[in-house]
Amino acid sequence: MDLRIAHLYPDLMSIYGDRGNVLALAQRARWRDVAVEVRPYSAGVPFDAEWPDLLFFGGGQDVGQDIVGADLAGPGGDAVRRMVAGGAAALLVCGGYQLFGHEYVPEQGAPIPGLGMLDVRTRAGKKRFVGNLVADTPDGRLVGFENHSGRTYLGPEAKPLGTVVVGHGNNGEDRTEGAVQGRVIGTYSHGSCLPKNPWLADKLLGWALERRHGAVSLRPLDDAEERAASEQAALVARARP
Amino acid sequence: MPDSLATLANAAGKITRLGLTLSGRGGTALPGLVTLQLDPDFIAAATRALPHGVVLVSGTNGKTTTARMLSDVARAAGWQPIHNRSGSNLERGIAGALLADATWRGEPRGDLGLFEVDEASLPRVLGRVRPRAVVITNLFRDQLDRYFELDQLARRIGDAIAALDPSVTLVLNADDPIVASLGPRHRGAALYFGVDDPSVGGSVPQAISDATRCPRCRAPLRYARVVLAHEGDWSCTSCGLTRPARDVSASRVALAAAGSEVALGGPVPGAFDDLRVPLPGLYNVYNALATVAAARALDIERATVTRAIGSFRAAFGRLEQVDVAGRSVRLVLVKNPAGFNAAIAALLETGRRPRLLAALNDRDADGRDVSWIWDADFESLAPSVDHAVVTGLRSRDLANRLKYAGVPRERVDVVDGWAAAIDRAVGGVPRGGELVVLATYTAMLALRGELARRGHVAPFWED
Repeated sequence: MDLRIAHLYPDLMSIYGDRGNVLALAQRARWRDVAVEVRPYSAGVPFDAEWPDLLFFGGGQDVGQDIVGADLAGPGGDAVRRMVAGGAAALLVCGGYQLFGHEYVPEQGAPIPGLGMLDVRTRAGKKRFVGNLVADTPDGRLVGFENHSGRTYLGPEAKPLGTVVVGHGNNGEDRTEGAVQGRVIGTYSHGSCLPKNPWLADKLLGWALERRHGAVSLRPLDDAEERAASEQAALVARARP
Repeated sequence: MPDSLATLANAAGKITRLGLTLSGRGGTALPGLVTLQLDPDFIAAATRALPHGVVLVSGTNGKTTTARMLSDVARAAGWQPIHNRSGSNLERGIAGALLADATWRGEPRGDLGLFEVDEASLPRVLGRVRPRAVVITNLFRDQLDRYFELDQLARRIGDAIAALDPSVTLVLNADDPIVASLGPRHRGAALYFGVDDPSVGGSVPQAISDATRCPRCRAPLRYARVVLAHEGDWSCTSCGLTRPARDVSASRVALAAAGSEVALGGPVPGAFDDLRVPLPGLYNVYNALATVAAARALDIERATVTRAIGSFRAAFGRLEQVDVAGRSVRLVLVKNPAGFNAAIAALLETGRRPRLLAALNDRDADGRDVSWIWDADFESLAPSVDHAVVTGLRSRDLANRLKYAGVPRERVDVVDGWAAAIDRAVGGVPRGGELVVLATYTAMLALRGELARRGHVAPFWED
């Protein structure tokens, strides 16, 4: 069995240790004897929309986000839409999460259109949300660290990934964190996210492998280190939010 | 003589300092804080009359080592630097250093102000003092919860530089595109340093996306040679912006476990002697080059400079070597991906198979976001790790990072508590062997504190 992972704009959108998410996906597949190939997809280069089973899209600096936004307004964006329509799973963190939504409304100037693949809208906020983040989800606890000024609001098609226990999450108002729509998951959780939240990594791996290999049941792994990291992070978050 | 407000603020700070010293507490930021509360312009007032002026050393990595090297150079030249040696590098730390070296009337007992400045504080400090020279070692992303984005930080530093008096000399890293592009914003002179040995470095920028784009036009950068992270021989593929000519250049570098031999070149061939840098690692070659260039900005004779650098000793946690019960312990401070990768490269250059004590904390001074460990190149380190004891407030994140980097589980021990972690790590090393300690700032303070209690190192603030 093999797995194909596309890392979108790794040169411009990988700022808060987001690389750890790709490492976690690849290792957890390899530990189950699944062969893994990771390909970078970057601005100005044609994307092979048929290739990936799984997309990862991280956060960037403002400058990087501007270049990526412009690229996604062209053929790059069409390719990403075709990937998701073709059954690829996707994990989006922070900036990538915002760009997958309908639009980003800056403090001044016209709204910047997003890919429209997630039913969410984001507007600029004044205060930056920086700190530890813990959310409860139906599949398990989500731990991480958030660092964003955007406020994201979910439409009816998108379901929250979880409920905030510590931190701010999507917007600091409705206690929701992240979004799920089909096989697309967006979150504000850096940390890196997946190494400490192995249940989320395995959910994405299951979806991704299904695209070309049919339904697979993933062999359970010994997640003692991952659980210990999640436990410690949650304790620290409660003591020092 | 300083004005009366500065004199009063000086006295108040000194009283605070005396009180702390009498109660057995050293190395705190409180005296400087008290002084700045009373007189926000204290630093400018206290440094105005210094005969050799003020030098500021800033940047993400290497500023403590560079400032200390430059301090040794200044002393070798017969000067008396007033220096925030402990690395307390916010405004209050600078004020604290001035207090410690001033008379009760506020007259400085030195002739040069030499201050390491936190890069996020640099724009403010530049607006408050008129330095003779400003050294910027490099700019990497660091502790995003504190500094936010590198582009914004570079823009703020650039704006402050544009407002500087033309009499100031900038000393800039030519190999760092973000730092080098600060030069043209200054109305005065700039001296550039860089590494020009074609045998040093690879061809692909390391996986850290700090500077993949041109600082001027945002087109992709091309590297003919990468030395460290985004430092190297860079040029823009579109607007033609390119690495500036080097005034101080390492034309040949020979790396070894104990240090490096560097042949210095520049626009005038043979104008410099060879330089011995008694600290391992390419990043220390950069620190030495920054020191040589800064000394030139201060008109210090080059023979004095090379002599002082040749007998330099490592600062707190900067590959500092101490003896613990017959074992050689190397203390390596790590705080961001670029610094971590440079330190790891220095360790692995000599084919070591290190036993590690690795400590990860997430206090403010460490960076509260531990995500950076996933950008650090543990994959390069993993195959060489003989054994690792892991500790700190976020020890489990670090143990998990080692797992994903491929270090087998049986080679990793998670130990809670500084004393217990030191015991376990030292106990695992045979007499005559080496232990490498990798730790973030407050974790290093705690580990070093424990070693000091046992009499192996001097307490930090007496250093």
